Amino acid sequence: MRVRLKRRLRPLTWAGHLFVPASIIAALALGALLFGVVGINPARAYLEMLIGGFGSFYNFSETLVRATPLILCGLSVGLASKMLIWNIGAEGQLVMGGIAGSGVALFGSAYIPSALLIPAILIAGFVGGAVWALIPAFLKARLKVNEIITSLMLNYVAILYLEHLYFGPWRDPAGRGFPGTAMFPDGAWLTRFFGTRIHLGLILGLAAAVLIWFLLSYTRWGYEISVIGANLQAALYARMNITHNILWVMAISGGLAGLAGICETAGIHYRLQQGLAVGNGYLGIIVAWLGRLQPGAIVIISILLGGLMVGGDQVQIALHVPSSISLALQGAILFCVLAGQVFREYEWVIETEKV
Amino acid sequence: MSLSIDKTHPTILMKGICKRFPGVVANQEIDLRILKGEIHSLLGENGAGKTTLMNLLSGVYQPDAGEIFVNGKRVSFRSPRDALDHGIGMIHQHFQLVDNFTVAENIVLGMPGPVRFDAAAIEKTVSELSNRYGLSIDSRARIWELSVGEQQRVEILRMLYRNVDVLIMDEPTAVLSPQEIERLFIIMRRIRDEGRSIIFITHKLEEVLEVSDYITVLRRGKVMSTVRPEKLKGKDGAVSRELARMMVGREVILEVGKDPCNTKGRLLGVEKLSVRGDRGELAVKEISFSVKVGEIFAILGVAGNGQRELVEALTGLRPIESGRVLLEDDDMGAGLERVAYIPEDRNRRGCVLDMPLVENFALTQRRQFTRGPFMRWKDIAREVRRSVADFNIAAAGIDMKARQLSGGNLQKLILARAFSQKPFLLIAEQPTRGLDIGATEDIWKAILRQREKGGILLISGDLKEVLSLADNILVIFRGQVMDIISCEDEEKIGDVGLLMAGVRRKQ
Repeated sequence: MRVRLKRRLRPLTWAGHLFVPASIIAALALGALLFGVVGINPARAYLEMLIGGFGSFYNFSETLVRATPLILCGLSVGLASKMLIWNIGAEGQLVMGGIAGSGVALFGSAYIPSALLIPAILIAGFVGGAVWALIPAFLKARLKVNEIITSLMLNYVAILYLEHLYFGPWRDPAGRGFPGTAMFPDGAWLTRFFGTRIHLGLILGLAAAVLIWFLLSYTRWGYEISVIGANLQAALYARMNITHNILWVMAISGGLAGLAGICETAGIHYRLQQGLAVGNGYLGIIVAWLGRLQPGAIVIISILLGGLMVGGDQVQIALHVPSSISLALQGAILFCVLAGQVFREYEWVIETEKV
Repeated sequence: MSLSIDKTHPTILMKGICKRFPGVVANQEIDLRILKGEIHSLLGENGAGKTTLMNLLSGVYQPDAGEIFVNGKRVSFRSPRDALDHGIGMIHQHFQLVDNFTVAENIVLGMPGPVRFDAAAIEKTVSELSNRYGLSIDSRARIWELSVGEQQRVEILRMLYRNVDVLIMDEPTAVLSPQEIERLFIIMRRIRDEGRSIIFITHKLEEVLEVSDYITVLRRGKVMSTVRPEKLKGKDGAVSRELARMMVGREVILEVGKDPCNTKGRLLGVEKLSVRGDRGELAVKEISFSVKVGEIFAILGVAGNGQRELVEALTGLRPIESGRVLLEDDDMGAGLERVAYIPEDRNRRGCVLDMPLVENFALTQRRQFTRGPFMRWKDIAREVRRSVADFNIAAAGIDMKARQLSGGNLQKLILARAFSQKPFLLIAEQPTRGLDIGATEDIWKAILRQREKGGILLISGDLKEVLSLADNILVIFRGQVMDIISCEDEEKIGDVGLLMAGVRRKQ
């Protein structure tokens, strides 16, 4: 007798979805082992974590704040991936969006009517990310250059340029040598809600999720994107314009990442400084695929991951564990959940050898 | 050294092998005997089940029924490695080599053994093998530096290094030039003379006659016959009519109720069309023909003689090298919307397997079913429901994924989609390949019905299909027109099999 994996021929039954809780339980068990090794009661650690991420209105609001750039970056990567374009460059697009929007906030507020300042900043952020994404898109569409490499490499270019700006020409002269630009004028700060740090970016992220869902479900363009991603041969057969689609999809994908960047700067930091490129663009890749490229799922996964991160910080503070434990736990959970995805496509079959 | 070649106990015996894929029976009750020290050719059209059968023998798939014996012992392979352990190795059409590795590294890749990579020892063995079989391969070269022919010899070397008794080669000549093919045959004979067996998969008749000791012909998943090549060669050594006939089917015409065609004006004109293939060679050479309204015009030939390139050029998927394609006496391009195309590869080109039927239907119809930027999904769904009923498609619902339909039902859906385009010209490429008799007849009848409404260009390698449907037949061989025959010219029809093999009867 032996057990092997077999591709599912029939769609999942109700019971088939049990792999989801099963993989989460496996992850928690793995995490418990981890806490056990460093001598911490796992139950207590998990409780702290849950409280930290979701335990109170304030804690939950921090989770949403953390989730905001994840939602936008997840949608960014998710839309490109829907067309099977590997946009690994959301991080760089986020940074360029932050830079472009900050430029408007810092130098444009004197010229732009106050009612239009925030829209102008957001548009600049979107365009900054879009332009940055169009570089690999153009190279792919025209010269068939692999977008994985180019979009990834451009991340480093963007990050170094960001550092150049706040260490150099854009550094706050009154900042006593502190690396960062001057604080944005008040009119350039994104609205915050409920007395928490939740800002306009969350609304934009949710709106973007609805729009992308609508685009993919109801429009011809969305349909073409799905077909190109699912089967390029069939898309060519159906005479779809691949070049055109690569450029537009990458522009929107980059724009969403750029929006994430400017929302972090104009919503949280109020200046361009260190801490903008903290890996949200890369986490967007994980979020997008965990959410199976579906906008609604991307939002939910972002919030859960945000809670995991905020809760992890809480564990770190409350139980005095090194921050690496909380990161290792995040890794364990992601690993198990991703591994569990196998069961969406495959099922166990037990074979008995005939003698 | 004397080799005792045991003719009574076959090295490989396959009995009653069956393999089904969703909707397609790839192998049906196949029996096959491979003796020690023979080159055994598996001959058949694309989709006849040759590669599936060999994937079963080399452990890639497991059979649904039937038994495999190696040297008289019953075996069941779980993986290609299992098969290799029993001395059976397969060289696939797409080489499984790592471009950046050296020949020696590729050869030991995946082999069980010590962790240490003893380059010198491996290179020595590889060189010895290479010299012994005349492969002339430098074991230190990197794969990307080698030509396709050399890469193939690396694959052979890899199998010899693993000391296989049975070497399966899946269409090894498809990628080679004529000189390289000659060289490959010399190597194959040398391997055979050492007492190893070679299973040679191909659909090219001349090659089979040149190199085989035994020939097994497969058609639609069944063994048609196993013969020695001497029996098939004509007196002048040319391909016999019989072999071609076995491969493409006997000329029994199914009654599909065809009336003589009633042609009107010209619909499609092809003038001196030349098209290049994937490797830059001229795949289609100055072909001219025309399709009239109300006729079924067939392009008949063994696969790989330029049909694919011709169709891709006609449908705008491949650039034209020279010549002209005229649609209703207008230059093509403007009229492409009115050309419906049923592609040969329905799974990869004709549909998106992981999308529901409705979305598959929209593939070529999306412009007709749009309001502003929005898709009219409800209207498309209605059209799909009507097609499912009209064409008798066995589907549980229109939200099913294309993958869940059987091959025949999927093809009916693609056909229904093509008809709903209300095409002036329908290009149908191998429309019934791999389908069972029932689905085949349904599709033939539907194509005949469409004939009233426009012209049909049928591309097929199946003689039965062509003779059942076509009004005029163009036989293609190596990218050139052998002849254009009317279906009423019975004398010439008798020679179609020979023409397909590239033989013109001397007058």
